[in-house]
Amino acid sequence: MTPDPRSAPPTQEVVRDHLAQVLKEKGGALTGALVRHFRDLELAQDTLQQACRRALETWPRAGLPDRADAWLLVTAKRSGTDVVRRAAVWSRKAETLGHERSSDPDPETVLVQRLDQEGLDDDLLRLIFLCCHPALNPEAQLALTLQTACGLDTEEIARCFLSKKKTIAQRVVRAKRKIRAAGVPFRIPPPHLLGERLQVVLTVIYLIYNEGFLATREAERTDLAREAIRLATLVARRLSGEAEAAGLLALLLLVDSRRATRFDDDGVLVELHRQDRSRWDRDQIGRALELLRRTLMLRRVGPFQVQASIQAIHAEADTAADTDWHQIVALYDVLRALQPSPVVMLNRAVAVRMAHGPQAATTVLDRLAAAGALDGYHLFHVAQADCRAALGDTDGAVQAWRRALKLTGNPAERAAIERRLREADDKAVPAQPSKTSS
Amino acid sequence: MKYALLIYADEAIENAMSEEEQAAMYQEYFAFSEAEREAKSMLGGEALQPVATATTVSVRDGKTLTVDGPFAETKEQLGGFYLLDVANLDDAIEAAARIPGARTGRVEIRPLIDFDDM
Repeated sequence: MTPDPRSAPPTQEVVRDHLAQVLKEKGGALTGALVRHFRDLELAQDTLQQACRRALETWPRAGLPDRADAWLLVTAKRSGTDVVRRAAVWSRKAETLGHERSSDPDPETVLVQRLDQEGLDDDLLRLIFLCCHPALNPEAQLALTLQTACGLDTEEIARCFLSKKKTIAQRVVRAKRKIRAAGVPFRIPPPHLLGERLQVVLTVIYLIYNEGFLATREAERTDLAREAIRLATLVARRLSGEAEAAGLLALLLLVDSRRATRFDDDGVLVELHRQDRSRWDRDQIGRALELLRRTLMLRRVGPFQVQASIQAIHAEADTAADTDWHQIVALYDVLRALQPSPVVMLNRAVAVRMAHGPQAATTVLDRLAAAGALDGYHLFHVAQADCRAALGDTDGAVQAWRRALKLTGNPAERAAIERRLREADDKAVPAQPSKTSS
Repeated sequence: MKYALLIYADEAIENAMSEEEQAAMYQEYFAFSEAEREAKSMLGGEALQPVATATTVSVRDGKTLTVDGPFAETKEQLGGFYLLDVANLDDAIEAAARIPGARTGRVEIRPLIDFDDM
């Protein structure tokens, strides 16, 4: 592994970039491997950090290693083993690790041979199940998965969720403490637990995608959508018999295929029927549809597969007018049976409007309004507004849009609602000479 | 890892059971204890007498205060506990789910402090 002495040693910047790249691609998996080794999440992360610091010190002198991931793993294990040996109270851990002392002349080479992508993927998968264990509350699951499996720092996570950095930091620290104190196991759950635990993992990944979905271009350094797809791909690949894992991946790929048309040049959210379908990622759609087709043949339908099927109908429609809304309503009926929730009912109502007209949809929406569960959900009021506007009740529509505006802080969504209000305003007010002041 | 499994239940529910139902429930508890002993995970466990038999003691400013009743008036009260030594939290959860009290009340799982680890 010695570098070519004829080449110039890398600059600090090159080293930093290379390290950042490796961490981005392999950071979660390396953490997982270290958790498996040390049986301790915090020690795993600390040693990896130490290894990174060591890399920044030594790579400028010794050159970039051929396998940076293996280098980091070996270095992290060594520094951790030292810690463990020195700390007398960790006597039990030291016993189990003692046999790991390697006498190989070049442990890095040996490790590289054993460090296959599958092994790393499995460790990352174990890590995700760890972060999504039901002993942690949902907010903690989300923050911990982002920090540990996706490598986001506290500030990035805080920005994504419009939270304070301190809140996220405390949440993550508490979660890690709970994992250690309560003995949350680091493993892929056994068969009798896999179904319910996988459901949580898939839900967390879905949430990650949704948080990234609405991020405006300005908010970017963190591509949550990419992270979610990366995790979903990993889970679907390693758990190839699990239909819902594949269903989630197909769903995300289909929704993500529209990323180029989701925002207009002003950063405003563009509704589905207004999007330029020629700019949808047809390759990705093709792959997603094929995946969905194969998955449905497993005959183990679940909510994510149904949602993917709904998105498939949109993807297959050449124009908005070609959309088979009746099929979509039927699929929402299936989804309602599997996963009854106010939000599903709302989305079904929107589909009903498209298939059967605004009057039919209004009936459904009024029932939902009476139940009250969606009062605080801005998209419910947007749906009501759209219905009222379609029925000619502009005042009612404006009222509902204004209500929706009060309920969301997301800039892209707000801009979309504000534009609808402006359009309604333009229609209502006859053209007047503009005032000189504003 | 060692855990306390604290069984919280609404006594009113148990009191409303018929004699047969109560007997069946005790049988289940007995079977649970046996199973845990068999699995070598049983460290201990007891059933507590009803909340009406409770006395709560506190010492403030050197004075001992003795009060009739449980530490707090809650709908569900501590009715019993087990101390188990199992591999990890999942195993503790699985055991807790087999405790009859989990069906009518709730079982809190708390890891024990291992003073050897400090």
